[in-house]
Amino acid sequence: MTINWFKYASPASFYFLAGRMIPYFSIAATLFLIVGLYIAFFSAPTDFQQGEAYRIIFIHVPAAWMSMFLYVVMAFWAGIGLAFNTRLSSMMASAIAPTGAMFAFLALWTGAWWGKPMWGTWWVWDARLTSELILFFLYIGFMSLQAAIDDPRRADKAGAVIALVGVVNVPIIYFSVQWWNTLHQGASVSLIQSPKMATAMLSGMLIMVLAAWMYSIVMILIRARLIILERERHTAWVSELKEGVLE
Amino acid sequence: MKWESVSDFFAMGGYGLYVWGSYLVAILCVIGEVVWIRIRRRTLYKHLGLRKGSILRGEK
Repeated sequence: MTINWFKYASPASFYFLAGRMIPYFSIAATLFLIVGLYIAFFSAPTDFQQGEAYRIIFIHVPAAWMSMFLYVVMAFWAGIGLAFNTRLSSMMASAIAPTGAMFAFLALWTGAWWGKPMWGTWWVWDARLTSELILFFLYIGFMSLQAAIDDPRRADKAGAVIALVGVVNVPIIYFSVQWWNTLHQGASVSLIQSPKMATAMLSGMLIMVLAAWMYSIVMILIRARLIILERERHTAWVSELKEGVLE
Repeated sequence: MKWESVSDFFAMGGYGLYVWGSYLVAILCVIGEVVWIRIRRRTLYKHLGLRKGSILRGEK
C-alpha cells in the first residue's frame, strides 16, 4: 500500500484534515489543563525555600518552553516555504507566530511576578531575561513585517528571513544560564540529569506542558485554516465550500 | 487537603498577589487569543459568505 505523503501539503486537503483534528486536541487540552491545575494547587507540596510562590512554575516553565519550541517550528516552516516555495509551509509559519508571541509574553510576565518576591526585582538585564525579551520582539517583528506587506508571497519571504536569522537566539536563551553568570537559576529539568524537584511538582509541570502543547496545536490549526481560506478565497474548492457542495 | 480554608488557599502563604497575578494574566492571555481568533474568523466568514458554526468543532 502506498500513501501519498504530499496529499496534505495541499492547502485544501490540510484544511479538512485540520478541521477534523481540532475537536480531539481541544478535548486533550482541556483534560490536561484540569489535571495539571489540580496537581499545581492541590497535590504539589509547598516548596521548602520558596513557599507557595513557586506555584508560578506551572505556567512559567510551560510558557517559556513553548515560546522557544514554537519559534523553532515557525522558523522551520518559514525556511521550508522560502526554499521550496510551498504555500502551506509559509501559512503554517504565520499561524504559529501569534501563539508563540503569547507564550513569550507569558514567560516574561510570570517571570517578573516570580522575580519580585524571590529576587526583589521585577526585571533585571540578565542574559536569560534579555534573550527571552528578544524572542518576544522577534515574534512581534515577524508579525508586523508580514502585516505591513500586502502581497502574501512577498510577506512570506520577508518573514522567513526574520524567522531564520532570529533562530540563533533560541540556543542563546537555552544556554544563557550556563554561558553567563545570571540571576536566573539553571535548568531544573534536563535530559541528562535526574530532575531536581519533587515528583508531584515535576509531574504537574509536565502535564501543564502537555496542556500548553495541545492548546497551541488547537490555536495553530484554527488559525492555519483561516489563513488558508483567506489566501485561497479565489480558488475553485473555496467556491464549492461556499456553495455547500463540499459538505 | 493541604489548604485549611478558602482564604488560606487565596493567600498562597503570603504570595497571593504574585501567584494570582501570574495566573490571572495567563487566563486573560488565553481568553484574549480565543476572542481574537473568533473575531478574525467571523470577519472572514462574513466576507466570504460562509455560515457560522462552532470554532472548536472544526466543521467544514
